[in-house]
Amino acid sequence: MSETLPVPSAPPAPARRVSGVPIRLEHVTKRYPGQDRPAVDDVTLDIAAGETVMFVGPSGCGKTTLLKMINRLIEPTSGRIHLGDEDVTNQDPDRLRRRIGYVIQAGGLFPHMMVATNIGMVPRMLGWEKQRVTERIDELLDLVGLDPEQYRDRYPKELSGGQQQRVGVARALAADPPVLLMDEPFGAVDPITRQRLQDELLRIQDELGKTIVCVTHDFDEAVKLGDRIVVFDVGARIVQYDTPEAILAAPAEEYVADFVGAGATLKQLTLTRVNSLHLRPVTTASVGDDAADAVARARAAGDDFVVVLDRRGRPISWPTLAEVSRMAAIPATVDEKLPVVGLGSTLNDALDTMLAASQGGAVVLGRRDSLAGVVTIEMIMDAIQRTRQETAG
Amino acid sequence: MTTATPSARGVAAGDARDEAAPAQPGTEAAGTAPGGWRALVVQPLLVAVGLLAFLLWRANATLTDTEARQLGTATLWDSALRHLSLTVVSAAIVLLISIPLGIALTRPALRRLTPAVIGVANVGQAAPAIGLFVLLATWLGFGFWTTIVALVVYSALPVLRNTMVGIQGVDPRLVEAGRGMGMSGTAVLFRVELPLAGPVMLAGARTALVLLVGTATLATFINGGGLGVLINTGITLSLNSLLISGAVLVALLALAVDWLGRVVEHVARPKGL
Repeated sequence: MSETLPVPSAPPAPARRVSGVPIRLEHVTKRYPGQDRPAVDDVTLDIAAGETVMFVGPSGCGKTTLLKMINRLIEPTSGRIHLGDEDVTNQDPDRLRRRIGYVIQAGGLFPHMMVATNIGMVPRMLGWEKQRVTERIDELLDLVGLDPEQYRDRYPKELSGGQQQRVGVARALAADPPVLLMDEPFGAVDPITRQRLQDELLRIQDELGKTIVCVTHDFDEAVKLGDRIVVFDVGARIVQYDTPEAILAAPAEEYVADFVGAGATLKQLTLTRVNSLHLRPVTTASVGDDAADAVARARAAGDDFVVVLDRRGRPISWPTLAEVSRMAAIPATVDEKLPVVGLGSTLNDALDTMLAASQGGAVVLGRRDSLAGVVTIEMIMDAIQRTRQETAG
Repeated sequence: MTTATPSARGVAAGDARDEAAPAQPGTEAAGTAPGGWRALVVQPLLVAVGLLAFLLWRANATLTDTEARQLGTATLWDSALRHLSLTVVSAAIVLLISIPLGIALTRPALRRLTPAVIGVANVGQAAPAIGLFVLLATWLGFGFWTTIVALVVYSALPVLRNTMVGIQGVDPRLVEAGRGMGMSGTAVLFRVELPLAGPVMLAGARTALVLLVGTATLATFINGGGLGVLINTGITLSLNSLLISGAVLVALLALAVDWLGRVVEHVARPKGL
């Protein structure tokens, strides 16, 4: 754990595991009595298995209504809904919903039930054995980055907003549903937490490959999380359905262009991810290591900082060599302000994080919060320079 | 991964920023009920002291024959039991009617009937209790069961209203979350709505009980018995000892019932709120 980490020069790109199923909406319409315009007007939409599709559009455009018609919290007035090969339009809605994960803003956890009970709801409804449910709960807590020992017996109010949202995601994934619906999942948390949760979701999706449909009002979030984005106008009219790159490069209508916002270089910051950079390797030390030894290794590697890892290999602080050389052994102090980003973070996120920290860079986390390397402001500036030259040339 | 025990457990620093240290389990006990156990201990002590004072006075007072007869152990005990049974029976009927009705009125299909039903219940409570008793007595005759009917009509509102307010106060997103994960409407009602509405509903039941103990003193006017007999006799015969004894005992009973209600609320309160 104490040597310089070998950091892959190119992002690993294994064939993505897909456990989701395709969703097909056919001529779906929702009319509310007493309204002359349908809330959702004849929408046909194909969503590929294992893709994350983001619904964006002005408020009241019907995107949330459309989302809720997929799990039939709202019954369509007409049209068909297919999940995989099945037509689920007339299926028992309660049974259908047990096969579709549903995440809402702030997690929607039941406050009178412990974290474990919340997560175990759907598996218990499906009649899983107790042992299997218990194992699944721990597995999921681990997946969303919460220590099961510490969190399973807590009540939601004993968790921060970000942690509640993680448990919300764990609960939605409990019975391993092929489809996950998210309704503005990260709308109620502060920007830094939101960015962390987005990174977390990208990582989880990378592991699981569900079909995710997510409503958001934040176009940057759509670009960051989505394999594809659907831009809606009133009546859930589909204005454009494409990859984030394509929508940014060629907005279908003036309306989309307005929605997307301006600034070609800045857009690039939202499109480029940390994992596309050549991350810098960095000298690491574990809690309890000899400080002098760590300083010597850092000097040899030409680093001004040392990243301290805890027992599980997760970075906890990032002291300067001057600070380290004043200590005898590496302390277990957790730096609350440690700038961290995920491999899936956008350069925009990374830049935000760095500007709030003193190190002029950020620690990059890989799988299960292990250290993947370090990204610096210079690296981001270089990346911007390169794109500008490419665009110019 | 939290800030709670950073040195004992590995803490991913990233989490430390997004997770403002949440309370540790166990620290919430003090915060669950304002006042907590202290209020729950003081109240029965007051009741006990009051009862003791009354008994001491009763043992040492020089009383006329009428007073002694009215304040005899057997008579007192009968009146108190009668008072209590009036209260308990009418409370049970109120709960049996008002809670299901309150639940029904929060279901989407019946929600539009709410104003009408609440209006009727309001009339029951707004009408002066003594008027209600006498009117019902002229219609149904005097006695125990007429008293019960009057008491039920009079105290249905707090339970009904608190049931509805409690259920309506449940965050609709939780109901949606429940339905969204595949719980049936009934499952959401019993596992989410009712547990979360519980504290408000219990508070309504306690209010009704205390109201009933007080109102049951009026039973004496329509031959319903209870501790009101003492008060009424005391007034009619200008015997202050009877009047005050009756009033004190009713007050002690009300306090005791209120305390029991609070204990139940405290114990039954869902953890995690």
